Formats: sequence, structure tokens, C-alpha cells
Amino acid sequence: MLYYDFDWSVLWRHPYGGMFLKGIWTTVHLSLSAWMIALLLGLLVGLFRTLPIRGARLVGGAYVEVFRNIPLLVQLFFWYFAAPSLFPRDLELWLYGNVNDLGYWMAIIALGTYTAARVAEAVRSGLLAVPLGQYRAAYSTGLSGRQTYRHVVLPYALRVAWPLLTTEFLTCFKNSALAMTVGVLETTGTAGYIDSFTFHGLETTTAASLVYLATSGAVILTMNRIEKRLHIPGLIRRGA
Amino acid sequence: MDWGVIGRNLEFMAGGLLLTFQLAGLAVAGGLIAGIVLGLCRVSSLSWIYYPASVYVHFFRSQPLILVIFWFYFLVPILVGKPLGAFLSTVIAFICFESAYFAEIVRGGLQSVSRGQVMAAYACGLRTLQVQLHVVLPQALRNMIPALTTQAVVIFQDTSLAYVIGLREFLRRVNLVDTREMRSVELFLFAGLVYLILCSAGSQLARRLEQRRVGLAV
Repeated sequence: MLYYDFDWSVLWRHPYGGMFLKGIWTTVHLSLSAWMIALLLGLLVGLFRTLPIRGARLVGGAYVEVFRNIPLLVQLFFWYFAAPSLFPRDLELWLYGNVNDLGYWMAIIALGTYTAARVAEAVRSGLLAVPLGQYRAAYSTGLSGRQTYRHVVLPYALRVAWPLLTTEFLTCFKNSALAMTVGVLETTGTAGYIDSFTFHGLETTTAASLVYLATSGAVILTMNRIEKRLHIPGLIRRGA
Repeated sequence: MDWGVIGRNLEFMAGGLLLTFQLAGLAVAGGLIAGIVLGLCRVSSLSWIYYPASVYVHFFRSQPLILVIFWFYFLVPILVGKPLGAFLSTVIAFICFESAYFAEIVRGGLQSVSRGQVMAAYACGLRTLQVQLHVVLPQALRNMIPALTTQAVVIFQDTSLAYVIGLREFLRRVNLVDTREMRSVELFLFAGLVYLILCSAGSQLARRLEQRRVGLAV
């Protein structure tokens, strides 16, 4: 066994304690922002995949196929290194000149669009679970196609998809750690960053892993409670 | 646009792809073996087997892989007494991490085998471990093949994360070419396309296997 001098005080000692807290906070708002994009875009793509319009289904299917079969890291590098040069020249110069946390914004876009494909699959499976009778009943009460989706089908589908969406949110939360590769100091990145000053990477990565464990646990407990309320009576609940 | 950059560096990048395949292969093989053991523990009725395995699985499933890779990179040299190098510590990290995911697939597969099979096996005089190994597991594994294929595709994508500790797999090499040639658009589109083709083929295979399985069951 190699001699290793443990020094847990790097977790709270000035200035590392502040860095670490800031890293955790960055993980939180980075993953929540990405999740907002993922939810909106994923809802749209998932809906497209079930519409009775061939073109819409094709577009939705292609989106899911492409974004799910390319590793997130490749997508992130594309957004960070390659995408700006595809923008108009003025915008590119403005981005490099004025946005000094470009990695952060590109990580939100990459993580959001990537997670959207997974959300779309959850939404789609929820939509497919809506019994045909619900559509017919909605139409027969005089609702238009749009109203049927808005008031009958989507609420039902989202309640069915809720457990899947919880899983996807946690995946999004964990995947936010990839932002460290484009220089964002979120939890994992900060653990590495503090290591580069102190050579106490083992302590910082252990602490980071406890942060993820605690957050996942808290999210799962909260979501299970909400899931019980949202559960549609008469359907078999997962894990019940 | 200068697509020639890909042709000029093809050999270098293909070498990385080979490493990616090696890493994915070792992770799938090691992860599956460890996952089967863990999965069997997860359906055990003995609490001292069930709880440690469950804690292990839940712990690793709550962690980002990139952090696990990092963590093993720091931890392994301390445990072993000497640095093992990026490749070996990544392989260990992958096996530990992916075995938790495989365990859940195995558990689902084991629970999908009908109770009658278990009872019949006991009636033949087999012991608990024999029942699991000779009767339940073979049937479960067959049911799991589509899910295992999907997981293999996920692992193949995950290998790109070995980038963080400097392992020269495919993505790292693409990145190295980019720093020399400054052709980000062409190179990352190319990298994306390579992954897309390989992973699409894998996903397609999983879908085909799933359909065949459903077909057999009916």
C-alpha cells in the first residue's frame, strides 16, 4: 500500500471550501437549465413521434436516432469547438469576444438537446399508453384535436411517464458532470481543480460522489411521493 | 471546409477506435460477469447477501461515470501501491460501474422466469444455487439478450469518457488531430458520424432481437 497522507480539510479550508460549494451550485443550475430545454423539446419531439402525420413522425424519429446514438461528450465538443464557426462571422466573433463562460452555455445546449431525445422516448411511451377510448370520448364530447391533446391525452400521458421522467432527470443531473471537459467548474470539475492545487484528489472526488449520492436520494424520495399522488387509479404502479 | 483532414489522419484515428473497442469489450465482458453475480445476490432471500449488493448497485447508479473514472484514477494507485496507468484503471472503473447496470438487467431477467420453473427444479431435488445456475439463469439470459445489447451500445458510447484521464481512445485522438489541424467542424462531424453508424447498427440489432423474442413468446 502506497503511503497517502489524508487531509480532509481541503474540503472546507479557505479558499477550497468556497470553490466546492460554488461547484455544487453550478451543477444545480446547469442541470436544471438543461432540463428545461430537454422537457420542452422532448415533449415536442415525443408528440411528433405519435402524430398521425408521416412527416412529423419521420422528423421526430430522426431526432431521437441521431441524438441518442452519438455520445454526449462528442455532442458537447461539437457545440463547443465546432458550432461557433458555423454561425455567421459576426456572431462568432461576438461569442468569443463577449461570452467568457461559453463552455457553460454550450454545455446547457448540448445536455438539453441530448436529454430531449431521452425525454421524447419517455413521453412517447406515455402517449402510447393512453387508451384509444380516451381519444374517442374526448372527441365525442366535442373537443377539437388540439383540446383533446391539451386537456385529456397529455395530462394522462405525463402521469404515466412520470417515473421515467424522474429517471431521465437524474441522468441529466449526473451527465452535467461532463461539462468539466469544456472548463466548467461544476462539482466533478471542482474536485479535479482542487486536486491540481493540493494533490488531494481522493478526498475531493469522494466528497463529490457523496454529493451526487445525497442529491439522487433526495430526488428519488421526493419524486416517489409525488408519483403516488399522480398515479392513475386502476393502473399497476411500478415497484408497488 | 477541408475534408482531406480526415483522410490524412485516418490511420491515427482508427488506432483510437481499436482502443475504444478493446475498452468496450473488456467493460462488457467484465461488467456482465460481475453483474450476473450481483444480480443473483439481488434476488437472494438472505439479507446479508441482498443488502450489500443492493447498496453497491444503488450507489454506483447514483454516480456520474466520469467521476467514477476520476475516482479510480486517484484511488487505485493508493490501494495497489503503484500507478497502473490510464488504461487499466479505466477498465477497473468501467467494470465496477457497469456491473451495477448489468445487475439490474440480470435481476429483471431472473424475475421474468416463471415460478413454475423454479418449483419444478426444486421438485427434482436441486439445491437453491443449482436451481438458479442450471434452470433460471440460462432462461433469464436468453430473455435478457436485447437489453444486454442495448447496454453494450451504451457502454460503447461511454468509453468516450476515458478522455478525461488522457486515455488515447477514438475521441481523444480526434481531439488531438483537431488541436494540430484546427478543423473542428469536419473532425467532430466525422466523429459523430462514426459513433452514429456503429451505435445505430447496435440499436437496430437490439430492436431486431427484441422483436424475435416477442415473436417466440407468442
